Amino acid sequence: MTSILAVDQVYKYFGGVKANENISLNVEQGSIVGLIGPNGSGKTTLFNSIVGTHPIDKGSIQFDGKEVSTLPVPAVAKLGLLRTFQQTRIYSKLNCIDNMLISAKPPKDNLFSVFTKIPLELNEKAEILLEFVGLYQKRKIRAGELSFGQQKLLELSMALMNEPKMLLLDEPTAGINPTLINGIIDRLIKVNKDFGITLLVIEHNMRVIMQLAQQIFCLAHGQLIANGTPDEIKNDQRVIDAYLGAQ
Amino acid sequence: MNNKIIFYGLIVAFGLVVPFLFPAFKLQISIMLILIILSLTWDVQGGQMGYNTFGNILFFGLGMYICSSFQIGLFFPLAEWTASGGEKTFVHTPTQFFQGFAVGLVLSGIIPALVAALIGYGILGLRGHYFAICTLGLGIAAGELAGGIELVGAGQGMTSPPWPKGIGDTELRSEFFYYICFTLMVCTFLFLRWAYTTRFGLVLNAIRDNEDKAEAMGINTMRYKITGWVVSAFFVGMAGGLMGNMIGYIEPVETAFAGRTFGVFMVLMAILGGKGTLWGPVIGAVAFHIFKEGFWIFFLGWQYVALGALIVIVVIFFPEGIMGWFREKYPERFGEVIDEEDRKAEVKLN
Repeated sequence: MTSILAVDQVYKYFGGVKANENISLNVEQGSIVGLIGPNGSGKTTLFNSIVGTHPIDKGSIQFDGKEVSTLPVPAVAKLGLLRTFQQTRIYSKLNCIDNMLISAKPPKDNLFSVFTKIPLELNEKAEILLEFVGLYQKRKIRAGELSFGQQKLLELSMALMNEPKMLLLDEPTAGINPTLINGIIDRLIKVNKDFGITLLVIEHNMRVIMQLAQQIFCLAHGQLIANGTPDEIKNDQRVIDAYLGAQ
Repeated sequence: MNNKIIFYGLIVAFGLVVPFLFPAFKLQISIMLILIILSLTWDVQGGQMGYNTFGNILFFGLGMYICSSFQIGLFFPLAEWTASGGEKTFVHTPTQFFQGFAVGLVLSGIIPALVAALIGYGILGLRGHYFAICTLGLGIAAGELAGGIELVGAGQGMTSPPWPKGIGDTELRSEFFYYICFTLMVCTFLFLRWAYTTRFGLVLNAIRDNEDKAEAMGINTMRYKITGWVVSAFFVGMAGGLMGNMIGYIEPVETAFAGRTFGVFMVLMAILGGKGTLWGPVIGAVAFHIFKEGFWIFFLGWQYVALGALIVIVVIFFPEGIMGWFREKYPERFGEVIDEEDRKAEVKLN
């Protein structure tokens, strides 16, 4: 197994706040990896560092063998490393289909491709993917009119439209109706198995992450405190202390 | 589809006969066409892309100066022309006039476009209010700068070349400029109409709705923002070049970099007609021009008060503009047919 994402001794400070300290983790190609930790432990900061939202203070991040820690956000995304957001970000005044069409990777991407037509066959692909996340009936509705949970599903399908190699999902089940959560777990496993997309998932819902992930990293106070299989993590005293407070 | 062709055909046919239907209003209607161009191009940023700019007036003034300067400078010493009454000493022959006009008009599109690319590279990274304030400064600075350049008449301004003697009268002059304005307006409209059907239009809307998301999805938003501004600057610059020729006199702050009038008008027209729609800015410009001229005739002395009242009413009662209001009222006319069942449908994942 080769590693697709290698985070090596990454430091990120915001003034005096140590958001990420000496974080190293490896994600193997084709796996589903979880990232857990109490609120404010630096999970989202790590995501932002990986995709280039802000520069890191020290360390290196390699995606698919390339150093990405110095690249701007669109360049990282073009390499096939996409992320979704904890607070959904969709194009609220466009309908779902348009949201999907604009997310597809253009065949050519240069100055002359600015005025190219969107290929018609993308419509079909967009509808198939919307069906995949259960939003087919909503396809003509403006994305801003969808509920929060539906927007999360739309964001997932938009990411799939781009055909990434790896997806960073920031709490994919937060705000989603509990009856849908099993469906989402099932979809994410399909994304991983059938589409061959590596997943790195931030999740607070332990039932979800324990079912989903093959390996889990746990952060607390900006530091990596544990990693292992779901069973190892469940029984790790440091993880329990981080969540419930140590004596 | 056929209906659309007939509709567009009727508009073009009407546009072609207007100078003969309303001979007394040729200049007024030409200015209205210029206003339509200004509001259509402002909408590229302000409506479709969600970047409120007050800086497009920069390209208007730039085009005005560039067109006239080349028209004169190609044949006569520009400095002597602008120094005092050069138009009396140097007279364009008809050939010189039209050659100069053609060259000047093309350059008054190209040079502002290049300027837009350069400035855009510098400031399109700013967002929201910061961008708006920054562009507000652009127009003011340009006016002050132009007022200090002796070559183009400094604060006194300069005359644009008068219509050459020996070919027709002022009627022919107004007809000539009317048709050029009409052609430019149609070209602007058709270009934008086409551009909005391409990836360009969709990306501009994406930037408006959530620029961070667009970047996170791998879209090089800067490229699209700059392209959009270059397109606007090109057409606005040409409109400026035309305007300078039509009014015959270029003054740095009042006519060229006229942020207080045209600079504000272009924003108002697009908002009045409906931001972010194709037809909104056109309808807005026509309605605005009619209102404006009406106020000047019937409320002289109070015209700006009446105009202000109109703006207040539009913003309060039609925040989405005329087209936006229709869109909310008759969404099916805009191709937004949504089944009520679909809207209420539960999302299921099995």
